[in-house]
Amino acid sequence: MRWYYKLPLRFHSLFCKAKADQELNDEMQFHLQSQIDEYVAQGLDPVEARHAALRSLGGLEQVKEQCRDMRHVNFIEDFLQDLRFGFRMLRRSPGFSILAIFCLALGIGANAAVFSWIEGILLRPFPAVAHQDRLVAVAGTKPNGEKGNGEPENTVLSWPDWLDFQRNCTLFDSFIANPPMGTTLSIGERAEWVSGSVVSANYFDALGVRPFLGRGFEPSENSGRNAHPVAVISYWIWKQRYGGDPQIIGKTQLLNGVPHTIIGVAPPGFYGTFVGWPIQFWVPASMQETFIAGGYKLEDRGALWVESFARLKPGVTIEQAQAEISAVAKRLEGDYLATNRGRGVKLFPLWKTPFNQAGNMFPTLRIALAVVFFVLLIACANVGNLLLVRAFARQHEMIVRLSVGARRGRVLRQLFTEGLILSTFAAIGGVLLAYWCRNLLVLFFPASGSTVRLLRGELDWRVLAFSIAVCLISTLLFALFPAIQTSKIDLAGALKSESGTVFGGRAKSRLRAALVLIQVSLSFILLVGALLLVKSMQRIRTADPGFSTQNVLTTGVDLISAGYDKPRARNFQNALLERVQSIPGVDSAAFARVRPFSYSNYSSAPIAVDGYEPAPNELPTVEYNQVSPGYFATLGIPILSGRDFTRADDETAPRAAVVNEKMVTQYWHGEDPVGKRLQVKGQWLQVVGVAKMAKYESFGEAPKPFFYVPLQQDFAMRPSLNVRTSRDPVTIAAALTREVHALDANLAPFEVITMRESIDFTALSSQQVAVALLSIFGGLALLLAAVGLYAVMSYAVSQSTRELGLRMALGAMPLDLLRLVMSHGLGLTAAGLILGAAAALALTRLMGKLLYSTSSYDPGAFVLAFVVMTIVSVAACFLPAWRAAQIDPSRALRD
Amino acid sequence: MGKPTDLVQGTLDLLILKTVALQPMHGWGIAQRIKQISKDVLQVNQGALYPALHRLEQQGWIQAKWGESENNRRARYYSLTRDGARYLRQQQAQWNRLAGAIDLVLEAT
Repeated sequence: MRWYYKLPLRFHSLFCKAKADQELNDEMQFHLQSQIDEYVAQGLDPVEARHAALRSLGGLEQVKEQCRDMRHVNFIEDFLQDLRFGFRMLRRSPGFSILAIFCLALGIGANAAVFSWIEGILLRPFPAVAHQDRLVAVAGTKPNGEKGNGEPENTVLSWPDWLDFQRNCTLFDSFIANPPMGTTLSIGERAEWVSGSVVSANYFDALGVRPFLGRGFEPSENSGRNAHPVAVISYWIWKQRYGGDPQIIGKTQLLNGVPHTIIGVAPPGFYGTFVGWPIQFWVPASMQETFIAGGYKLEDRGALWVESFARLKPGVTIEQAQAEISAVAKRLEGDYLATNRGRGVKLFPLWKTPFNQAGNMFPTLRIALAVVFFVLLIACANVGNLLLVRAFARQHEMIVRLSVGARRGRVLRQLFTEGLILSTFAAIGGVLLAYWCRNLLVLFFPASGSTVRLLRGELDWRVLAFSIAVCLISTLLFALFPAIQTSKIDLAGALKSESGTVFGGRAKSRLRAALVLIQVSLSFILLVGALLLVKSMQRIRTADPGFSTQNVLTTGVDLISAGYDKPRARNFQNALLERVQSIPGVDSAAFARVRPFSYSNYSSAPIAVDGYEPAPNELPTVEYNQVSPGYFATLGIPILSGRDFTRADDETAPRAAVVNEKMVTQYWHGEDPVGKRLQVKGQWLQVVGVAKMAKYESFGEAPKPFFYVPLQQDFAMRPSLNVRTSRDPVTIAAALTREVHALDANLAPFEVITMRESIDFTALSSQQVAVALLSIFGGLALLLAAVGLYAVMSYAVSQSTRELGLRMALGAMPLDLLRLVMSHGLGLTAAGLILGAAAALALTRLMGKLLYSTSSYDPGAFVLAFVVMTIVSVAACFLPAWRAAQIDPSRALRD
Repeated sequence: MGKPTDLVQGTLDLLILKTVALQPMHGWGIAQRIKQISKDVLQVNQGALYPALHRLEQQGWIQAKWGESENNRRARYYSLTRDGARYLRQQQAQWNRLAGAIDLVLEAT
């Protein structure tokens, strides 16, 4: 290796340029002096000796220049010279430079922004957590579909299973459990909803997060039913709600009605491990029963509630880890057939995590990345076009350079350097743009009083590296066109006059036409994509979830945090229902533990039905909701057979259930089950009614078995309150708050919103991002394409003024010229549209998952995109065409 | 003895390396030494000598140090590096092979 000789030499010659030159000079002087000495010794007089010595060297300066060449610094000096020249050129035409930089900055900025979102939401979503590249999400799987023959469905894990995975897997550094939950945090006068998480005791240690104050959890805090009421709070809460109290450690705070000792404050910048919103406090696993509905689950292998991440050991692939953990799951299934039959476990990379927002955002961001890449291509095509125009204008300069002996490579290098200056400025602008946009994603989500959204971009060195790469690639792309142009310059031909060209017939315009073609087809694709999404969103807006979305308001009251016990809560809920129902304008009102289409999870339990024989690997598990009498009427879900629950279905009455149609076909073979029985968690329930199918969590879900039980028989302290009314939410909200206060002055209901708003919040969020991004970028692309088309056409017209004038002199009417130019421009558009349509047919398929009941080949979207593109191109071509028609033949021919 | 022979293309490097291998030497000295050893047959073109020295330096075969010349002037002394020594051996072997081959062809009758 000789770099250790070379490197210092290069640095020396580059950065100590004056010194290196001085040394070279000294060396040559020494040589001359020696030669002169010799000549003098031979008898020449000193002056003559000096001349002879110089002669024998053959030109001192040339030798020096050759020596400098040998030092290879000329490459860099040339670059600096190109840079200076490039700056001068760009300063001389500021309009062009600003337009080009603006186009590119949009393209690069869009790419950097989307990549920063991908980085911050999908790849490295948890700031302050070390080694996120080795984190995987651990999800449970259960058989799905008829007799468990479908694709397995992702679920979560049970605590005993989670402990067994932690004990038995060797390829993992650590497992953490972190199911999210929430509570109403009341400090002083102010009460507000905050998100929390029940975590395994190793949580902070495993993540490598050191508490800012106090300590994390200790291993003993994993076990013991409600034995360790301790909490770590976020830095944000500590600052905002406790005023940064330095004596906070050891104080107690009421959380879900239980006094918790605050043992630690998380470091600033740590938001927990949930993609979607920041977690504000953490409690150890032993506190599960206090925060997660459905009773004590730490010893129940059938209760699924644990969301988990694991960190792989260095060098372990996700496949190896999957093989190991699957083997453990298989053993557990054999050992605990009653609870684990058919259950497996699946590892996901972070960006596919099924139980947080990452899974939702992944398809959207993937499409966004494709879209911004298209925008970049269009921007490059546009800048390439602009550069081409300039290349024609600078042809004279190039010809002179080539004629006086510049190598073509040298001229190309100068062109690329100029391109690099443009894209460097653009990249700086683009990264600034991305910096401003990094948190914009949150704007696309409807605000809700109850949750603070956290979807942030992360501008780290990877994003910067990505932006630099984009910048270099785009430089190559757009500087390529003038370079091709220059390399084709024929010196002999170039000396001839340039006038007298035929309209649209020059080989040189072909390159520009090709660029326009690309722009038109790319913007067509984006337009089709945007239109498909808009259509899909309309479909969702008007889709029928199987329950009323109009005239239903929804809110809730948190009795857990208020410290109610069960009997008091029961009384309160009954009294509140009666009061609400008597508010003028209210048709009916009912509680439900889980509001449909909310982020809370339904309860789910293994079931058994007389006469239904499960397949060997099937453990029929069905989700259910706890509702109060009147729920079906309030939400407008028809009861097809049997009856609704009544006040009589209370804790003393036989346990009842209302099942949905899918359960009837799947477990009772389509026979009316009213009067039959259903076993849930080992208890028998009487089926009293059949409800019509509805959607429960999302519009995209397949029809699934579902049942309802009376809230009185499976009590929940923080249910949603649903109100059917035709009056506007504001008046009802006021009346509702009054009624709540009348019962308990310290309580306030959650924000009152319509069911539609509640659904939009969950169902539309990822769609809205996609629609917004595609619309913005689609519009941008359309604009850029129009500008490109306009530029090409007007340039073509201005270049062939003479020919057009000649045609007119020979009898062509202005209308003919208009037609000539228009047909040329529209021909380009048509070709671009055909190309774009072909590509769009192949590409929109990729949006499949985002589209709700809209075909990716939807003819409506294609036709509309066609029409829009045509109108835009006609508009872009008309001005140049009109100008062509205005040509004064006598003037055109004289010039 | 006729006109001093022009150097065969590419042999200048070899001669320089061989010369500085004997002892560190400045450019002037190298030219003189080559001329002297070859009994005035090989005359180094002075215009080509310095670019060649700088190139060899850049390639890491030789390295330069400032020193005092015989008549107390500041001169730039070149010496062979270890890489340069290896390179010289290779080049010398190749030269010998080539010269031998040419000899064989010329000797043939």
